[in-house]
Amino acid sequence: MSEKVGVYVCHCGTNIAGKVAVEEVAEWAGKQPNVEIARDYKFMCSSLGQELIEEDIKDKGLTRVVVAACSPHMHEKTFRTACQRAGLNPFLFEMANIREHDSWTTDDNDAATHKAKALVRGAIDRVVHHQPLEPLPVEINSNTLIVGGGIAGISAALELADAGYHVYMVEREPSIGGHMAQLDKTFPTLDCSACILTPKMVDVGQHDNITLLSYSEVEEVDGYLGNFTVTVRKKARYVNEELCTGCGICVEKCPKKVVDNVFEAGVGMRKVIYTPFPQAVPKYPVIDTENCTYFIRGKCKACQIFCPTDAIDFEQEDEMVKFQVGNVILATGYQLFDVSRIPRYGYGRLANVFTSLEFERLVNASGPTSGKVVLRDMETAPKSVAIVHCVGSRDQNYHEYCSKVCCMYSLKFAHLIHERLPDAQVYNFYIDVRTPGKGYEEFYHRLLDEDTNFIRGRVAEITDVPRTPEEEGKLIVQAEDTLLMLQRRIPVDMVILSPAMEAYSDSREVSQLFKMGCDFEGFFIERHPKLDPVATMTEGIFIAGACQGPKDIPDSVAQGAAAAARVASLIARGTVMMEPVRASIDEDKCCGCRLCNELCPYNAIEFHEDRKVSEVITALCQGCGACVATCPSEAITGAHFTKQQVMSEIEGILWDMITEPVAAPEPVEA
Amino acid sequence: MSEQFEPVIVGFLCNWCSYRAADLAGTARIKYAPNMRPIRVMCTARIEPQFVLKALREGADGVLIAGCHPGECHYVEGNIKALRRHTLLKQMLRQFGVEEERVQIVWASASEGRMLAEAVDRMTEQVRALGPLRWKQTVLSGNGSVELAAAGHQEEVTLPEAEEV
Repeated sequence: MSEKVGVYVCHCGTNIAGKVAVEEVAEWAGKQPNVEIARDYKFMCSSLGQELIEEDIKDKGLTRVVVAACSPHMHEKTFRTACQRAGLNPFLFEMANIREHDSWTTDDNDAATHKAKALVRGAIDRVVHHQPLEPLPVEINSNTLIVGGGIAGISAALELADAGYHVYMVEREPSIGGHMAQLDKTFPTLDCSACILTPKMVDVGQHDNITLLSYSEVEEVDGYLGNFTVTVRKKARYVNEELCTGCGICVEKCPKKVVDNVFEAGVGMRKVIYTPFPQAVPKYPVIDTENCTYFIRGKCKACQIFCPTDAIDFEQEDEMVKFQVGNVILATGYQLFDVSRIPRYGYGRLANVFTSLEFERLVNASGPTSGKVVLRDMETAPKSVAIVHCVGSRDQNYHEYCSKVCCMYSLKFAHLIHERLPDAQVYNFYIDVRTPGKGYEEFYHRLLDEDTNFIRGRVAEITDVPRTPEEEGKLIVQAEDTLLMLQRRIPVDMVILSPAMEAYSDSREVSQLFKMGCDFEGFFIERHPKLDPVATMTEGIFIAGACQGPKDIPDSVAQGAAAAARVASLIARGTVMMEPVRASIDEDKCCGCRLCNELCPYNAIEFHEDRKVSEVITALCQGCGACVATCPSEAITGAHFTKQQVMSEIEGILWDMITEPVAAPEPVEA
Repeated sequence: MSEQFEPVIVGFLCNWCSYRAADLAGTARIKYAPNMRPIRVMCTARIEPQFVLKALREGADGVLIAGCHPGECHYVEGNIKALRRHTLLKQMLRQFGVEEERVQIVWASASEGRMLAEAVDRMTEQVRALGPLRWKQTVLSGNGSVELAAAGHQEEVTLPEAEEV
């Protein structure tokens, strides 16, 4: 076998050439077996660099191409396309990663050059064994699953539905709306949050192209890009949605009230049969079986008795709904950091220490106090309020990251307190005030003019133990004022903690369900942090909103729409080409042992009882290669990762190590 | 011996987690030992024990297998399959006289560039301390004893008895 390999070593400006002697590597590569031509060039990914490859393929009749440059995750596609343009099968190309894996990781120029040679030789020895492959066409189902009905999910759903594509929206809570529905005003414009959100919720509820599955959770996801099968558990509401008109008589007649820890964040009450809030979408109520007198003692049935349409159904059971989608958008949102993890801030022990979400409900006109700012006794108005920024964020003990939105909503709180209680003193304890965003800095300056007291210093402690008569009966916030270089003790009536936004505690399970990644903090990982923020490593799964990292409303909306655009582009294409990295079985070699059958995580290997051989169902195979490595008769080939290719790469990468031939039996190779 | 021994380690990195962790280590300009030479595989489950043996036979002093954390495998549980194979392979290598530190398996997710870099540094030092593998002497003509050529002197180590299965 004689192949003509072209080797191209990229300088990447000084990114590679600053450490690796690229000319030397190229010259050396020219002398390696099978190499027809070796060149170095400033930027291989530029159009001139690509043309260099294309011309050599045509003029010199190259049959294989190696580019030593950045990570294949960066530019493999670029160079494969260049090969294809010149008439060479794109899979007859290999990349040596001498930037991310070499020049950027060492200060030793000689070592970097030496490693580069090894990686280049590995690629040369591998590429001569490459086989031409054809991408697999995959049809894209035009339905889309959107998980999460917060503002990010809503914005994605409406974009897709308006484009004429069907959307299944799955929401865990009884109503869509997410955290935004709980907020009073949005910064910096001070728009009423519900007023801008609820019309969009109604649009989702009424849209012909949206199937809304609220009070539901995704149980199972099977398949791959273009063809996912999703199973959703629709939890029993104990209300027949076909009969219910949403009149609310059942809620009115229900005799039992409990604390609402979800929507009202624990500061308000709700009935046991309830809709989370008046504008809920869908409008159907839900029975909270843990507290319902009928479910506990078998008596009451007030809701059933008074329901004018006989919609209450105590016998209702969870229902499994199965459907097909082509793509998935995860917009599962965030939870707030549990502030009781910082005991010195006294939450749960000191009554008048509130979380930001509790305060949002207090200050909300539709909240439990109709917008009156009061202490935990629900009647006394505070004369002084401290707002503590960065609770659990920018803190190495909890979350190192900045939560991004807390400064702005803390400023908003200060403004709302001034508005509702003009005589109250407001103290904002901050580390840095971070207000990047359109109109955000201006809002901060407005607050400075409103006589808010800004104290730069992380709060050390919140206590009710007085040291002076003025502190008697107050909460004392102690912090070092790092501008005045003074310890300060500020007595206040009310403290609001601004906790970090964090990933949902079950985000890891969700990421496993959808077979994509989440980081150490539990946030979902995007395909590329700069250039591909809404796609994931898994084809057909997209992410939007705060499940990817702390985000404010405009960013979540933008991401929702961006994810929708990505999905719409796939649907519009109809068919996409998938990497042909798949396994195949040589029936003549297969001994029918069936080891591979059980090993395949996708059930992609079928056993033919009649012929006693196994066969890979190419559409289901994802190309992991587990079966290839297992097959005792070496009947399975993993395309693009064949045994010969990997073995040759090992030989090449260790080109400098072989001092004397070692006599050992070579593995049998077809 | 004035010059320090520089071991050569072949790294099999899974495409989804550890190869990207290595990419991230580069992007973040984390400096680590240049001794590891990476080979990309789609999943650690693709790694045949023969790949490891091949690398050792071709002159590598160690082999690092790096994959996604258990439960985070892109292919559901390919990493667990790799771990099982590694456990078996370790027993065989011990009988060959190859020290345990020479073939290691680690988990590094796509966001853990630093962790992967630290694993490479740690393993490089461990293998450096062991000295060159010398497959031919150690495995092919070792006759049940391991010859260690660390720090300029040789020392004989008796192999542990093969375990009853």
